Amino acid sequence: MSGKTEASKTIRQLIFVVVGMFGFGFAMVPLYDVLCDVTGFNGKTAGKYTAKEVQDVREDRLVTIQFLASNNANMPWEFRPKVRTMKVHPGKLNTVEFYARNITGETMVAQAVPSVTPFHAAEFLHKTECFCFEQQQLEAREDLDMPLRFIIDSQIPEAVKTVTLSYTLYDVTEQIGLATN
Amino acid sequence: MSAVIEEHHHDGHHHGPDKGIMRWVFTTNHKDIGTLYLWFSFLMFLTGGVLALGIRTELFQPGLQIIQPEIFNQLTTMHGLIMVFGAVMPAFVGLANWLIPMMIGAPDMALPRMNNYSFWILPFAFGMLLSTFFMEGGAPNYGWTFYAPLSTDYAPPSVTFFIFAVHMMGISSIMGSINVVVTILNMRAPGMTLMKMPLFVWTWFITAYLLIAVMPVLAGVVTMMLMDIHFGTAFFNAGGGGDPVLFQHVFWFFGHPEVYIMILPAFGVVSAIIPTFARKRLFGYDSMVYATASIAFLSFIVWAHHMFTVGIPLAGELYFMYATMLIAVPTGVKVFNWVATMWQGAMTFETPMLFAIAFVILFTIGGLSGLMLAIVPADFQYHDTYFVVAHFHYVLVPGSVFSIMAAVYYWIPKWTGNMYDETLGKTHFWLSFIGVNVTFFPQHFIGLAGMPRRIPDYALQFADWNMVSSCGAFLFGFSQLLFLFIVIKCIRGGKKATDQVWEGAHGLEWTIPSPAPYHTFTTPPTSMKEAHG
Amino acid sequence: MNRVMQMWQAGLSLLLCSNVALADWSALNMRQGVTEISQRVYDLHMLIFYICCAIGVLVFGVMIISMLMHRKSLGVTPATFHEDTRVEVAWTVIPIIILLVMAVPATSTLRDMYESSDSDLDIEVRGYQWKWQYTYLNEDPAEEIQFMSALKTPRNEIQNLEAKGEHYLLDVDNPLVIPINKRVRFLVTSQDTIHSFWVPDFAVKRDAIPGFIHESWAVVEEPGVYRGQCAELCGKDHGFMPIVVHAVEQADYDLWIAEKQAEAKEVFNTVGKTWSKDELMVKGEEVYLQHCAACHQPNGQGIPPAFPSLVGQGIAVGPMSGHIDILLNGQAGTAMQAFGQQLNPAEIAAVITYERNAWGNDMNDMVQPKEINTMMASE
Repeated sequence: MSGKTEASKTIRQLIFVVVGMFGFGFAMVPLYDVLCDVTGFNGKTAGKYTAKEVQDVREDRLVTIQFLASNNANMPWEFRPKVRTMKVHPGKLNTVEFYARNITGETMVAQAVPSVTPFHAAEFLHKTECFCFEQQQLEAREDLDMPLRFIIDSQIPEAVKTVTLSYTLYDVTEQIGLATN
Repeated sequence: MSAVIEEHHHDGHHHGPDKGIMRWVFTTNHKDIGTLYLWFSFLMFLTGGVLALGIRTELFQPGLQIIQPEIFNQLTTMHGLIMVFGAVMPAFVGLANWLIPMMIGAPDMALPRMNNYSFWILPFAFGMLLSTFFMEGGAPNYGWTFYAPLSTDYAPPSVTFFIFAVHMMGISSIMGSINVVVTILNMRAPGMTLMKMPLFVWTWFITAYLLIAVMPVLAGVVTMMLMDIHFGTAFFNAGGGGDPVLFQHVFWFFGHPEVYIMILPAFGVVSAIIPTFARKRLFGYDSMVYATASIAFLSFIVWAHHMFTVGIPLAGELYFMYATMLIAVPTGVKVFNWVATMWQGAMTFETPMLFAIAFVILFTIGGLSGLMLAIVPADFQYHDTYFVVAHFHYVLVPGSVFSIMAAVYYWIPKWTGNMYDETLGKTHFWLSFIGVNVTFFPQHFIGLAGMPRRIPDYALQFADWNMVSSCGAFLFGFSQLLFLFIVIKCIRGGKKATDQVWEGAHGLEWTIPSPAPYHTFTTPPTSMKEAHG
Repeated sequence: MNRVMQMWQAGLSLLLCSNVALADWSALNMRQGVTEISQRVYDLHMLIFYICCAIGVLVFGVMIISMLMHRKSLGVTPATFHEDTRVEVAWTVIPIIILLVMAVPATSTLRDMYESSDSDLDIEVRGYQWKWQYTYLNEDPAEEIQFMSALKTPRNEIQNLEAKGEHYLLDVDNPLVIPINKRVRFLVTSQDTIHSFWVPDFAVKRDAIPGFIHESWAVVEEPGVYRGQCAELCGKDHGFMPIVVHAVEQADYDLWIAEKQAEAKEVFNTVGKTWSKDELMVKGEEVYLQHCAACHQPNGQGIPPAFPSLVGQGIAVGPMSGHIDILLNGQAGTAMQAFGQQLNPAEIAAVITYERNAWGNDMNDMVQPKEINTMMASE
């Protein structure tokens, strides 16, 4: 009879592993986000930056920052950066504007998704204010200048000369509708 | 198929098999269930094979002839899914059912009722999967790796059925694996210590753990897809804060162990067959066990080598490259051990041995191309080309599939009590061997020359070798009908097999009569010295 | 009959070991390419290949000797050894050393591929189902060149109605043009699903992932035409979205840029003029075949349900305003893209007019590029 209880013990342990691994699949979602935040993996940028101390401005260095803006499929808005590139001193706070216009006849909500290349630059780009932190709602044919304020960390490796920051605009009107219903 | 021997079963319920169809529906007998699994997997093998021949027919010449691109993508996707989940995996489960209790001296699997359920889920899962061909929008067309967002935002409506089918297969696999682990841990005959178990049992033991660990992750990833598609979440949609690359990480966390799930039991089969026909003990049994365990462990930490071109930071690429290269070491140990087993043996070359030797050679070729694929800079050129197709078909067809065929030829005399027709068996081997190589060897070339995978039509410079490849595929495909004939012929009769069957065979399964009685080892065997070769 | 003959001939050449393919060994191997990196990748590939061949010869050699000498039919007695620690340690350690030999050049090549110094030219590469869009980034956005690049191979060649051209499936309407000996950075992303930008001659393969930007670079050393394909399954026409790159001398590149900029101005002018219906229909058919036929099919019948038919039903026979709206803004939740940012107003007007009057859709109306333009501006 001890064989029977041994068996049910093994079964219990294995089922525990199965449930645990199913959970682990889902746990990979936040784990992955943490990994991305720490390493800039996949060019993801961190959220709002709150400076702990004012950084020294590296007057001796200039880093080129390049802005890209594009729409995901089915997103009809006009969306572009006001300037294509800026040369900035690491440590200094900069402001740039992106222009968005809802060309359709309906109110729409958009979410901008940032991405940075090269990867190892992502952790050195700090955004103190960004239109990507919240969803943007535009009435029919309304337009908007959207600000982005950022600091390039003064610790950014010397090898990095150009940082490309891209925003992709997603239409999230339906998802919002779904959430409020 | 096996002769009925009236024998009193220990729980007193069964006196041999029931009659008619109900025997198979309600059976809890490990031999019956093993038989069901094997026949089911053969049916799926033919189904997946027909899809493959559809693919190869379209690729016979440049231009679109009979299959339009949207159908072509359904064929490649379903071919992959059916072969992986329907043919190879159930075949190994079938072998496990038949052999593990007989190899460890157990009367049956530990959980016979669950064993029945885990088989009977499969026909429904694959019925559902195959029915998608007749649905509006067609079958899954996003590749067997079903990368998001192609499989979420851009999928045909049948994706929901695909997800449920995957869930059912997963449940079946998990139940089957739990059964294997519990059987091995609790049902071994007295004296059958772990390090006395035949390698087939060992490799399945480790495989079962891999399945238990990763099938739930697969279930998780398809559940996330389901939620993204129907419940407004955004796991894989950047617009909602998700990331399509996350899908690939979760998928390959399942997917890489999955490829070892399909090869480890094959190692076990070959490790049983080579010593028998070399008439010499397996070289380095202990190192075989440790190598299997290290391969299983490494399989969890190398998944991103499927994603080198996705865009991973340098440190990540280097880590996954080194870790992947490391797998070559335990795999090499296995190959060297098999060669050393053959060395100075007294070999004969019956059909199982031919398949086993072909396995060692062709699996090694697949392993070496795998090593090439591990080298990241070169992988940028190989990735998603026919070089990859050639690589994984070399490890899966003359790897896993050949080992399954070798196993059937090797153990079928024990299962049926009859010897198969050796001449036909050898003919089947040579046709398959030539067919497989003519099909897949040229794919290395067209891949290196730059042909991407999963395309229904190709540039003219790839035409010659594609034609060769298609001819090989038809040869290989139709040769399998001969296999079917041989198996049926063997079931219906033939030279009577002795209990020992093979002169050099060792192990408990050869100590029982041929055909194996419906109930075996109702009292545990006493002598363990013959446990492994 | 002719086809049958061709197949027989092909079958015959197959029997003769496919002499066509064998005549040129390079067609069976990785391309050496035209960048320093691609050459190094090729060398690396050959190094590993030879090492693998050596291992193969060794292992298979021992197996074959064993199979020839150690057969029962020769009357041999099997040996009884079944373990040897020294041998087992040796064949664990030696492979590790071989792996190290491979890892060293692989690591250094990879590091150099990831090196991120300043580029001379930045091009945004955007994958669409099933074409590429190239944007030449410039300090002044007004001066930027942007165009779509799609398969040029005629459908009749694909459907075997005409003989296949030399660059069958590897030809595009608007190739990417880059200067030689300049560091060109490709910023790769996607509009819809995942694609992969692959030019074998540059050893550049980078997945294009919606919402994310990834980079790769090349310094091309020789002028020439280099062809590649999308390398990641991206839906129905994955096999039909090639990449063609013309690498030219700097002077030729400058000329090309000037030409492209002039072209853009010309498009601007054509939008202003009044088009005749025939002009719109001709232009419309061209645009339709280029951008719409992949899904809605050349005959407008589509492939329901994913790609609805346009014949006698749906938007093409509905109100004009709805038709324009869907073309400009796409249809959320379907494969219908927003073409407002992809096509110019003349192309949009033409294709709408075409769809409303082709295949027996006898709507008998038309829309002028001007109207589309005002609509987009005033909206």
